[in-house]
Amino acid sequence: MIIDYVGVKEINGSLIVMDGVKGVSNEEIVDISLDNGTVRQGRMVQIEGEKIVIQVFEGTRRISLKNTRTRLTGHPMEMPLSPEIIGRVLDGAGRPIDGLGDIFPVKKANINGTPINPVSRIYPKNYINTGISTIDTLMTLIRGQKLPIFSGSGMKHNDLAVQIVRQAKISGADSTNFGVVFAAMGVQKDVAEYFKKSFEESGVLSRVVMLLNLSNDPIIERTLTPRCALTIAEYLAFELDMHILVIMTDMTSYAEALREFSSSKGEIPGRKGYPGYLYSDLASLYERAGMIKGHSGSVTQIPILTMPNDDITHPIPDLTGYITEGQIVLDRSLQGQGLYPPVSVLPSLSRLMKDGIGEGYTRGDHQALANQLFASYAKVIDARSLASVIGEEELSPTDKKYIEFGKLFESKFVNQGFSENRSIEQSLDLGWELLSTLPRAELDRVDDELLDRYYKG
Amino acid sequence: MENNNVIYGINGPVVTVKNADSFEIMEMVYVGTQKLVGEIIGITDEFTTIQVYEETTGLKPGDPVEGTGAPMNVLLGPGILDNIFDGIERPLKAIEEQSGAFISRGAAVSSLDDTKLWNVTVKVKVGDRLSGGQVYATLPETPIIEHRLMVPPALSGEIVKVMPDGEYKLFDTVAVIRDDENVEHNLTLCQKWPIRTSRPVRDRLSSSVPLITGQRVIDTLFPIAKGGTAAIPGGFGTGKTMTQHQLAKWCDADIIIYVGCGERGNEMSQVLEEFSELIDPKSQRPMTDRTVLIANTSNMPVAAREASIYTGITLGEYYRDMGYHVAMMADSTSRWAEALREISGRLEEMPAEEGFPAYLPSRLAEFYERGGRAEVLSGGEGSVTLIGAVSPQGSDFSEPVTQNTKRFTRCFWALDKSLAYARHYPAINWMDSYSEYFNDLDPWFRENLGDDFIEYRNRISALLQEESSLMEIVKLIGSDVLPDDQKLVIETARVIRVGFLQQNAFHADDTYVPLEKQKLMMKTILHLHEKAKDIVIRNIPLSKIIKLGLFDKLSKMKYDIPNNKPEMFDDYIEEITTKLSTIS
Repeated sequence: MIIDYVGVKEINGSLIVMDGVKGVSNEEIVDISLDNGTVRQGRMVQIEGEKIVIQVFEGTRRISLKNTRTRLTGHPMEMPLSPEIIGRVLDGAGRPIDGLGDIFPVKKANINGTPINPVSRIYPKNYINTGISTIDTLMTLIRGQKLPIFSGSGMKHNDLAVQIVRQAKISGADSTNFGVVFAAMGVQKDVAEYFKKSFEESGVLSRVVMLLNLSNDPIIERTLTPRCALTIAEYLAFELDMHILVIMTDMTSYAEALREFSSSKGEIPGRKGYPGYLYSDLASLYERAGMIKGHSGSVTQIPILTMPNDDITHPIPDLTGYITEGQIVLDRSLQGQGLYPPVSVLPSLSRLMKDGIGEGYTRGDHQALANQLFASYAKVIDARSLASVIGEEELSPTDKKYIEFGKLFESKFVNQGFSENRSIEQSLDLGWELLSTLPRAELDRVDDELLDRYYKG
Repeated sequence: MENNNVIYGINGPVVTVKNADSFEIMEMVYVGTQKLVGEIIGITDEFTTIQVYEETTGLKPGDPVEGTGAPMNVLLGPGILDNIFDGIERPLKAIEEQSGAFISRGAAVSSLDDTKLWNVTVKVKVGDRLSGGQVYATLPETPIIEHRLMVPPALSGEIVKVMPDGEYKLFDTVAVIRDDENVEHNLTLCQKWPIRTSRPVRDRLSSSVPLITGQRVIDTLFPIAKGGTAAIPGGFGTGKTMTQHQLAKWCDADIIIYVGCGERGNEMSQVLEEFSELIDPKSQRPMTDRTVLIANTSNMPVAAREASIYTGITLGEYYRDMGYHVAMMADSTSRWAEALREISGRLEEMPAEEGFPAYLPSRLAEFYERGGRAEVLSGGEGSVTLIGAVSPQGSDFSEPVTQNTKRFTRCFWALDKSLAYARHYPAINWMDSYSEYFNDLDPWFRENLGDDFIEYRNRISALLQEESSLMEIVKLIGSDVLPDDQKLVIETARVIRVGFLQQNAFHADDTYVPLEKQKLMMKTILHLHEKAKDIVIRNIPLSKIIKLGLFDKLSKMKYDIPNNKPEMFDDYIEEITTKLSTIS
């Protein structure tokens, strides 16, 4: 028997409260029909006896206490899945908006997913060649990793993401089993168009699933977008054995949507008004990257987030950094100097790198070179801060060498063209070439054998 | 009996039941038709509040809630080692067999394998009087660890029946004990213990023996005692997890309990892989033979994350009671504190600092108090060392979890972002860190390594201190203007930093360094410093000494001198003396 519940008891932000509802289950999806014929969807977020709280995805505008009929669907939010989903454009809640009709589901999956058993995971080791010197050499991206880009408004994170997608060479992946899932959350139409155009130019558009929740789309829907995207990614990776790169932009908008929802629900806020469960919530997204035993596919995530006020200690980048396996941090002053990609080397990191590089993966000298570059560049920063006090002229000869090395490192190594694709050998050789401008005794992270072979100073 | 207790309200992981009067506080319950595990955390005359350890999607008001009559407990017995559990002691391997790569809910699997046969040797005979904690049988749990079966702490009495030695399963009875009230109890291979209650010991002992970790900065500068407590705070990317892994791999405890509390799934799979490949240098057996992993990754249910460190410490105490030295690493206690905050928020409790509940300090204190070295009930000695990583929000050490942890731990290994950026690992900042155990351990060091170890350590520490204040000047005016004796301090401190404090976890020799070598390294560095100082005093420029390349050589001695060739240090010392005597 299907019952329609007429009217609501209370409206508060995106939430509606109803009373006298029986047989409802937690997280269940409801259909809400308005008098004017439109149907909205909502999700059960709190139950107290027969009093329930529903979160309406499309917002509560035009809802009054009387004009709705609510019907329980009996199941949690599910995403229809089929191989045909590749190449489609969906809205933030996973409904097609490209005019090609509904997706005929082969299966349906709960968008919240279930945690991967740690025992069933394969420890990721295969590196992804992105053709970008800084990333490949110093913060190598690994298949099955989650490596976010920490950026700020107005910085070139989108170009970087596009360049990674275009140049990424995943071992074991070719045009038949490589795919991209792109989730836009609260970004401008132009940005979404830019990505679309770039995918088109690089010839991967037919292998991309796009989920678009633009900045003027309902905010609550935004909390569903990454979940739908990852459900699609998991399906493609673990059932169709594809290598999927998931790009999610912008996680800051997502977290803000979550904050809005939380405060309208009257929850006790944690840091900066974000809900206390922000960490768990972000983890439930990021942890859906990986590889599992018995399947050849993989889910690699590149979430992009704009740090409010370029502050890396803001809760969103901070909590993200604690969950993801490293981060690529972009720097405004590098961009100001006209360098692209403006990757700030020192705070950037890839945690999975150490096992995915070296002999058999990239080259035997990779780890030592990377350590040395980090250590030497850290000294550049020290020398610069000293120079800013006593002037460059007064520096010791070694410190002057470091200043010189710093300039070269930024202009030659960090800086590279938007369409320049450097092989790993090129990047590593370039690294040695730059280190060779420093006195040999300064290279204390490398053993003599490697120095004999690569040091040319 | 009809069960009238049904779900009334649901809010995230918190479920309420109306008008129930049969539940005890902290009782373990089964919620819903799928029998999700939960725990009673609040009772009023109208509502009973339950925190559910699994995802609550799909639960309905009216679903049954079943009490178990016992608090949240874990099963203790053979099969714990070489296993990996979630936060409430469910074996993840068995769950994988049952439900595949993704964890489904309400998985009903026994915590320990109840079909495996263990080779039991009974150690008592009929008529023996046993009290709580005494051993009645033993069995080889892994090739290196003997599992000792102990009478549950609260029980004592006379043995009235014993079974012959042989192979038994987990729930088989191997002896029967009659207590003072004439009630007979079967003693099997396992027992249960509530996770939030600490297991009793006969007496607490002082912390006078160090836990040797082979990590130079820890062993020499900031040592920890067996049974001690330590905190490793650090922002993301500073190497908390790496440091924890190194400690787990190399410290000289008998049993390692590694709790991945709200951490990354890929990291846990790395631990699994590395530990099973790693051969323990002492026993030549895989590390996993003495390791228990508890993995409650960040996307697994938050309430189970809260329980995971209690599960870990309970398992640790159990092995301590057998007379073993246990080291437990919790990575990270901040995630546990956040789980507390999250649940507290759902209960609409009045928040204290940063939204954390007001009882955060007392919970932390309770946890760290469970560590310690003790005389156990069976008479021997055991210890639980607790090493908790802390992930401060925004790398700010003044936040509540770091500050409160600092109050209850006696070692503080502060990880430093700028060291990590320069890839100086372990990134333990020698100026901010401290160990309160140094005085307690002083006699042990003097006895086992000689008085000079302490002397070297103090001099190294003084040099670093001096360098730090000199660096303040260098930052302002550059190092060129310093007099040569101060330049020498900076040069020696550089060798200490690069050659001694910095340690390469991926280098075969450098990953673990015995104390003897640590001492000789200090001795060599200080020898160079003293000799160079004599020369500098005679107004001979320092640059002449630096040209000899001795400082660079000592920076690399950690790689150049293998751990098993301490005699090479004599050559180094001699070389320093000869080369420096040529300068005049």
